[in-house]
Amino acid sequence: MDHLEKLENLSMHILRETYANFKNMCMLWSIGKDSTVLLWLARKAFLGHVPFPLVHIDTNYKIPEMIEYRDRLTAEWHLDMVYGQNVEALKDKQTYPDGNVDRLTCCKNLKTEALKHTLSGQWPRFRFNHVVGKYEVDKNTEPYTGVIVGARADEEGSRSKERYFSPRDRQNEWDIAEQPPEFWNQFKTDFAPGTHVRVHPLLDWTELNIWEYIERENIPTVSLYYDQGDGKRYRSLGCYPCTNPIDSTAKNHAEIIAELRSGKLSNIAERSGRAQDAEDGGGLETLRREGYM
Amino acid sequence: MAEKSESMNIVIAGHVDHGKSTVIGRLLADTNSLPDGKLEAVRENCRRNSKPFEYAFLLDALKDEQSQGITIDSARVFFKTDKRHYIIIDAPGHIEFLKNMVTGASHAEAALLVIDAAEGVQENSRRHGYMISMLGIRQIVVLVNKMDLVDYKQDVFDAIVAEYTEFLDGIDVKAEAFIPVSGMEGDAIAALTDKMPWYSGQTTLQALDNFQKEAPPVNMPFRMPVQDIYKFTKSGDQRRIIAGTVDTGSVTVGDEVIFYPSGKRSTVKSLERFNAPTPEQFSASEAAGLTLDQQIYIARGQLAVKAGQTEPAVSERLRVNLFWMGKKPMEPGKDYLLKVGTVKEPVQIEKIISVMDASDLSSGQQKDTVEYHDVAEVILRCRHAIAFDTVDSNPSTSRFVIVDDYEIRGGGIIREALPDEDQQMRQQVMQRNLNWAASAVSRERRWERYNQKATLVMVTGKRNVGKKTLARAIEQYLFTEGKLVYFMGIANVLYGVDADIKKPGPDQSHRPEHLRRLAEVANILLDAGVILVVTAIGLTQDELEIIRSVVDSDLIEAIWLGEDPTDIQALHVPNLDNMDRTLETVKAMLQNKGIIFKL
Repeated sequence: MDHLEKLENLSMHILRETYANFKNMCMLWSIGKDSTVLLWLARKAFLGHVPFPLVHIDTNYKIPEMIEYRDRLTAEWHLDMVYGQNVEALKDKQTYPDGNVDRLTCCKNLKTEALKHTLSGQWPRFRFNHVVGKYEVDKNTEPYTGVIVGARADEEGSRSKERYFSPRDRQNEWDIAEQPPEFWNQFKTDFAPGTHVRVHPLLDWTELNIWEYIERENIPTVSLYYDQGDGKRYRSLGCYPCTNPIDSTAKNHAEIIAELRSGKLSNIAERSGRAQDAEDGGGLETLRREGYM
Repeated sequence: MAEKSESMNIVIAGHVDHGKSTVIGRLLADTNSLPDGKLEAVRENCRRNSKPFEYAFLLDALKDEQSQGITIDSARVFFKTDKRHYIIIDAPGHIEFLKNMVTGASHAEAALLVIDAAEGVQENSRRHGYMISMLGIRQIVVLVNKMDLVDYKQDVFDAIVAEYTEFLDGIDVKAEAFIPVSGMEGDAIAALTDKMPWYSGQTTLQALDNFQKEAPPVNMPFRMPVQDIYKFTKSGDQRRIIAGTVDTGSVTVGDEVIFYPSGKRSTVKSLERFNAPTPEQFSASEAAGLTLDQQIYIARGQLAVKAGQTEPAVSERLRVNLFWMGKKPMEPGKDYLLKVGTVKEPVQIEKIISVMDASDLSSGQQKDTVEYHDVAEVILRCRHAIAFDTVDSNPSTSRFVIVDDYEIRGGGIIREALPDEDQQMRQQVMQRNLNWAASAVSRERRWERYNQKATLVMVTGKRNVGKKTLARAIEQYLFTEGKLVYFMGIANVLYGVDADIKKPGPDQSHRPEHLRRLAEVANILLDAGVILVVTAIGLTQDELEIIRSVVDSDLIEAIWLGEDPTDIQALHVPNLDNMDRTLETVKAMLQNKGIIFKL
């Protein structure tokens, strides 16, 4: 069993533990490479099915190809697709750069707030109706009790600060010093009522592992990750006003893997193309504390 | 390519201030694993603050945690030798951080244990040694550090080796090597120096490279805790897939598998994977999916085993070694949850045999509770029998954790399965399941046909409260609704099936056997898909457990009739003053449990 297979099997095990232990979970799908790998692993774990809803926070500023890709896979893979949006902020132009707020406030409005209220069911959820082929307001407004997310330890520092199963209290606050122990594949699956759980099946994957796996499994990804001939590609995807490509001529999986292995990018943060990170002191600290994922 | 080469996780442990960080810092420096200029920067920083340079500062600087003085969690440090990549999991020595050390150490394949030559063997030297062995790490090298502080004297080293070897012998662990080192001065880390001419063994780096990669335990008996049963019929998928991660051994198509503790068996029909060719077999560490030939009913928590291989143990009573990480002590008579594989089972301490005192070598301390960071030998009693292995036969399926107040607060290994009162009955049920001839129609298809879930409805309560009246009313009511339902009078069983054991008058000594036989009869009718209504006088929780061990426990519902209090989990019906309303309540309960469907 090679390293990638080990990661794959453990992630599948964690997804199955999540499904067996929690009701009303959802999986966040940002359309990016990590959460798409996570989605693929769910199809692996559940033998071609995804037995929980996928939630996408649509900021309305996503690069259009991302939305087309989302809806194509939703139909092809019969996904229970739900998206949420901060309709008010968009209407009132509480956005950047066309509105009158800075990048961080825009992120907070369109992502953090939208996510919080979509998970709680307080704001409308738009669910894909596979019969008519379009999104409809979801009648189900029950809160999701937890989310499965594609966060990786190597994105933001020490593995030791996170767990596969991580409790958050009602305020979504996170007590780093009081993290539960995890050993022998036994995880914290018992929670006091009201606790919100975050599951991180990709915690031990690296950016390189993600691409190696995409290559091995031939997972469809958006073309934005590849150089289209202008010597630029996106390494991390977000809203178009705040996301910049990097200089790279990698045109396919294999070339991206070679680029990562070469160490050419080792001193450049993966999210360096994401302008809001820089504005937040580089660490997403403020955004994350408020519940950004 | 570097990424293809071997990598190994090593945990480093030891008492606080015995120099783990210094050893790690030195390993990083001596293997040229530091970012350019980092070493110089830290030296310069020390010079400016006029404090002596220590390799530990280097580590602290790397972790950017210098302000804390100690590393607060199991962090990872990376370096490589010519042979392989290493990931050092730094288990902080501070006593508060056992939890993090356990999390870190459980990812490790080998351990370095650091002991201060000047201070000698300390409390955490022993505790961590014990924990490492309990966590299942078999390869241990002991570094006797700070040899420079004892003038590199061989007799100091020899004394520590003798003392610690005696301790390790006591817990059945053999160190691969003892190495006298100085992290500060760099002796015997990457190379031997002339400071210790009396030592000619391996260096620390050589000892690391001599650790063996452990292969997944594919050659052991097959063990797979059942994680879930998947049936995605709504998506047009008719497969019924048994999902689980294989702990040890392997399984393939045609293998006969037995599920413990029920003893039900079937044959593997197919191995299921998504977007990959069908594998030859599923083996240790793989997240497997199986379908079976015979449609037997099993649920999460059963242990799948291959017929003809070593049988697992099944018991309610376990002799275990455990460590406790809860601030509140673990005490006898209190309810906890035990997790072994995918089992989650209520458990209590029946007896504390002894608490190991880590501060001296004695293990015979008598205590009434297991306190924070204690390591103890105890007898646990589960509410129901569970399947597992003892640590001697299969370490992986002998490991458990204890949950208290929603948190994992303890962990340990099962040493021995102890006898319990229900053993004989369990054996009978297991034999019955082993020899069960499955009907040609699956349980699910039968349920679909009858539009109901077969269930044993136990109507219980004190004498003369109207149990039989209620039971028959339920039968009548469900029959009118078109259900396949049967009221089984107790006398029918007592004077028939029980004719040989029925005692005259008030003598109730036949009662446990009566309940077993009643449950066996019920089991057959449940298999036939029937909703069965049965009465029993004053059923207790223990008696309900007898029935649960004979009949699939999710097919039993209890109704307690009367004003009297009861500890059993049941729908409580105070009286029969309004039978219509009572029947509505019963109907609602059956609907909520998915036994009959809402119209």
